[in-house]
Amino acid sequence: MTHKFYNNLIVQSIFLMSVLIIVGLFIPNWLVFVITKAIAYGLVALGIVTLMRGGLVSFGQGFVFAIGGYTAGLLGTQAGLTDAVLLLFISFLFTGFVGLIFGPLLARYRDIFFAMLSLAFSMVLYGVLIKIDAIGGSDGFVLPESTYFGILPSSDYADYALYVVSIILTGIVSVLLRYYYNSTPGLIALAVRENELRVEYLGASAFRVTVLNFTIAAGLGGMGGALNGIALGHIDPEFSYWTTSGEFVFISILAGYLSVPAVFLAALLLELVRSFSGRYFPDTWQLILGVFLILSIIYIPTGIGSFFKKFMDKLNKKKNE
Amino acid sequence: MTSTNYILKAEGINKSFGAVIAANDININIQSGEKVSLIGSNGAGKTTFMNMVTGYLKPDTGSIIFENEDITQLNPRNITQKGISRSFQIPQIFEPMTAWENLLVALGTSQENHSFFKSARSKENSEYIDEILNRFSLNEFAHRQVSELPGGVRKLLDIAMALVRKPKILLLDEPTSGVGSEEKYPLMDTIAKALSGENLTVIFVEHDMDIVQNYSDRIIAFYSGSVIADGNSKEVLGDSKVKEYVTGKTQLKVN
Repeated sequence: MTHKFYNNLIVQSIFLMSVLIIVGLFIPNWLVFVITKAIAYGLVALGIVTLMRGGLVSFGQGFVFAIGGYTAGLLGTQAGLTDAVLLLFISFLFTGFVGLIFGPLLARYRDIFFAMLSLAFSMVLYGVLIKIDAIGGSDGFVLPESTYFGILPSSDYADYALYVVSIILTGIVSVLLRYYYNSTPGLIALAVRENELRVEYLGASAFRVTVLNFTIAAGLGGMGGALNGIALGHIDPEFSYWTTSGEFVFISILAGYLSVPAVFLAALLLELVRSFSGRYFPDTWQLILGVFLILSIIYIPTGIGSFFKKFMDKLNKKKNE
Repeated sequence: MTSTNYILKAEGINKSFGAVIAANDININIQSGEKVSLIGSNGAGKTTFMNMVTGYLKPDTGSIIFENEDITQLNPRNITQKGISRSFQIPQIFEPMTAWENLLVALGTSQENHSFFKSARSKENSEYIDEILNRFSLNEFAHRQVSELPGGVRKLLDIAMALVRKPKILLLDEPTSGVGSEEKYPLMDTIAKALSGENLTVIFVEHDMDIVQNYSDRIIAFYSGSVIADGNSKEVLGDSKVKEYVTGKTQLKVN
């Protein structure tokens, strides 16, 4: 990967972000909201994808999703901090720190044990959150309206303002993750997935790579939780519930681990399926979602990302010719 | 010769697995630059010795000294970082990656200061990998997925990965096992050529006595967890115990 590759990546990302920001002005408000929510979920799923590259799947990303959401909410209600960008950034840092604390414990486990332990943490947090009345118990609490660099947008543009922030955020995170995936630690993570023993015999620590991946995943999960909380204007213990974690896994499987944009596309697909099936089949939308997941696993087992990769490989091949 | 001349010393190593004695008072001193082969029938203790040197197994008693430092209790990662690398009887390579990417991972693990913002595929890394591929005559396989590669090539890649870190001692566990008899010599020639020019200490486990004679300066014969002979090929292969228990050129005594 050369400087040219990264320069192209940055230029492409800026172009795509600009297009999406302009498109946001012309699409209905409900779709702006759906895309923002999809980005929030996509950020969390991106964390799972980062873990998947190292051969692990977390069934409990609701844990960091909730911590991020509650961090943003409590900073808003208790400390009067309402700047969306600042809240997202602080949530990212704080949950990343939480990930750094819990990471070494989780990184000792593999496969289903890792998955179930992460799920256990999220359910413990859920149990704690519903019992604390000071932060709304099972009802949660309402977040104050967000400001953007000191400006409080009118209600007509509040969703759009958050949409713009989330698009920019996604662009930055995607580029940074691409750098990470192509770096030596990113590459070692892929090797850990294949043969941990050999990685140790090459002199690298599979444990450290796993902790690093978990910390990144936690930071992204927290940021996603904060974004979701700000978008909804409300936070409750459901953020940490196992079904929420299951949705993140759903997105990760649908996307695969081969492409970053595929994760956001998969998140958007989930949100659209949920929105439409919730509207037209209110009592059976989980059934629709389940069928959708089954079909995805059968027909695109390596995820949407495999299409992206094939497309990029073809493009590179043509360029080389 | 003083003890400082030895790059690796195994002192009074004992190891048992339940009632099975895998290492029985092993004392081996290896000088820098030596090419040593370990011979013995299956279960004689060769691989156990190799696993103890590389930290995968811990001896019950005794110590392993590398460059005057006790490494007995270190884990494989720390031992590798100190300068002891190994290859495996069944190549331990990263199947979905290409040969080039496997070497890139091996190189990446050897670099101390990892940057998240620097691509592992830097120009200097690429040049070094190309050089290694060239040394092992692997250029034509560079960009093929390793799961598609023939056995001998996989063996070479496994060894090349161990060598990328520029170790001081390289341990090869049966480098020609699973390779057809007509491929053994070309394979060993390629390995010998790739390792030449470096003052590398090589310890390898091998069953083929012709290969042992041709490619090692010294032979250590194991039987039932003990060293039964240690010396040059003439001394060891002419030893009556070795003939009896290892090379099988005389009838085994049966109680």
